[in-house]
Amino acid sequence: MRTAGIDIGSRTVKLVILEDGRLVLSRVRENSFDPLAVCREILTGERFDAIVAAGYGRHLFTERIAGRAITEIKAAALGARHVVPFCGTVLDIGGQDSKAIALDGRGAVRRFEMNDKCAAGTGRFLETMTLALGCGLDDFSRLAEQVDVSASACPTLNSTCTVFAESEVVSLIAKGESRGAIARSIVEAVAGRAAALVRQVDTPEALVLIGGLARCAALRQALSRRLACPVQAPDGAQTVVALGCALAAMEENR
Amino acid sequence: MTDYTPMWRSLGLDLKAHDALLSYLGGVYGDLFLAQKNRPRGMGYFDFVMSEVHGLRIKELMDAKAAGRKVIGSYCTFVPEELILALDGISIGLCTGGEWATDQVDQILPRNTCALIKSAFGFKLGKVCPYVEACDLVVGENTCDGKKKAYELLKTYIPSFHVIDMPQMKSDAGKALLHAEYARFAGKLEEITGQTLTSEKLAAAIATVNAKRRALKRLAAVRAATPAPISGLDALLISQVSFYDDPVRFTSSLDALCDELEERARRGEGAVSADCPRIVMSGCPMAVPNWKVPAIVEAAGAVIVAEESCVGERSTRFLASEEGGTVETMIGQLVERYLQIDCAVFTPNPTRLDYVRTVTGQRKADGVIHYALQFCHPYQIEAGPMVSALEDEAIPTLRIDTDYGQEDIGQIRTRVEAFVERLKA
Repeated sequence: MRTAGIDIGSRTVKLVILEDGRLVLSRVRENSFDPLAVCREILTGERFDAIVAAGYGRHLFTERIAGRAITEIKAAALGARHVVPFCGTVLDIGGQDSKAIALDGRGAVRRFEMNDKCAAGTGRFLETMTLALGCGLDDFSRLAEQVDVSASACPTLNSTCTVFAESEVVSLIAKGESRGAIARSIVEAVAGRAAALVRQVDTPEALVLIGGLARCAALRQALSRRLACPVQAPDGAQTVVALGCALAAMEENR
Repeated sequence: MTDYTPMWRSLGLDLKAHDALLSYLGGVYGDLFLAQKNRPRGMGYFDFVMSEVHGLRIKELMDAKAAGRKVIGSYCTFVPEELILALDGISIGLCTGGEWATDQVDQILPRNTCALIKSAFGFKLGKVCPYVEACDLVVGENTCDGKKKAYELLKTYIPSFHVIDMPQMKSDAGKALLHAEYARFAGKLEEITGQTLTSEKLAAAIATVNAKRRALKRLAAVRAATPAPISGLDALLISQVSFYDDPVRFTSSLDALCDELEERARRGEGAVSADCPRIVMSGCPMAVPNWKVPAIVEAAGAVIVAEESCVGERSTRFLASEEGGTVETMIGQLVERYLQIDCAVFTPNPTRLDYVRTVTGQRKADGVIHYALQFCHPYQIEAGPMVSALEDEAIPTLRIDTDYGQEDIGQIRTRVEAFVERLKA
């Protein structure tokens, strides 16, 4: 049996297809002003027996295209538990939301928290800041890793609002701060918000970080330091929610 | 249909803006309320009242005013309706549940003022509320800092304004303060109405208001049935209507609805299925037309079985003593009754958590949603310890802080749906 999971996020759409539980396809597309068109495009040529959708576009997808909707919170729990058995705490930093999820012994959602409606501490925040520094995420992470957090050169970013923080970054650049120091302070700002979100639901022994920002090594290190626990980014961290959807589709068609 | 335009014009409403408000309300009401399945027949009365909210009910008020009665508006359950009725006044709880005339409000109030306070200004400045225009006296009360200071500004737009001072602690001194303030309010009402307060009139008013509260308690009790015989949206609407409808007619209509709901419960019929997750809402009041969060909760497949809120059970669960006595002793009895309300403006305020716990058990609820308005410090600060205490007792709890805007609906829906998934797991 082939089951599909689609995660329609604010920045990207992710598709995962399982064949009898085995991963056979994983695909990521930039989202646009027309998420349905992106969904149709990402599904082109793919065959499956059932599909489950998550993400902010889930209801639009199930009303206009197919399948059933679950929340990205449940999907993240299912997916993370599949790729990291025994995982107890998940942090998903998405484009417009950050979610901290605590799981119980069976892998069900025990508690969860989401950021407020503003973009502080989300992927969008970090993306805006990397643009201000004129680099991509990977270069940004390397820049940040060059500067130690305890270095006196590392300024504190005071604003949590994306718009204000961007102007703070611009004024730091104007003051001649090094890009590395600014990158480090941005990472610390995001990690600080995210760690506070995690602490609201759990005191983790280990944290599984998923979503597009999981590949930022500097962020993983900052989170690990702040939460005093190992932080693991599984392979395919960006598609874990889509994987959770495909697993849910398999579960209900068993 | 009757043309109420001349009446609205005579009240000084901005007719164009008012039409826009009514058409918005009508649309939302159809989508949220009339579209519900398995509604009790007895909701017909409340649908009618809502359809005539700015029509027939205002005409009743205008007719009563022409006959010499006075209309007294207020913004809080601490304003004693009994005193108003005893002096033959009409008590109207003014609604503050919608965003209106934001441009004008933002010129007067800081942006980080709670949506409820802003709404009181929006409806007044936007000239779209016939109730506030029909009032002979509007009553404020010093509950939270936001309201207390905002009334200083609001009364510059509403010439006939009275403020009741409020204690912050339920101490003997607090009681004495409230007693003095209720007596002073009675004096103000005597001045406005030209009548004299007597113990007979007050006893009759207490009986009327207690009867209304008994009917609301009956509604609350029948919501313990599984499946829930009435949706949370409908029950909230009834609480909202209780603030401005004629109390005697309201009571008999609600009693008729309760007969039907109790019969439904006996037959095991519900507005939803028996396996529908059951939720207690606790927190800030939801005045008309603030239906945002309950609509999301029930669309997510859950049913609300109690509102621990001022538009809900927080106040109505307490009856006033009908022992009687002199006017002075009876005002003291009212003070005893009102000081049981566990509003978060009091410090400390342990009984609120106790009641959430109790009602969660009584209604067989699966979880609690704590609802607070942004910038409402009393409820936002109580939320933290309440959520921790309930979660520690294995009562799943979700905290939502929001306002009257629509831009966070997607996010709230995700959180509520995930919470419902958690309750079903």
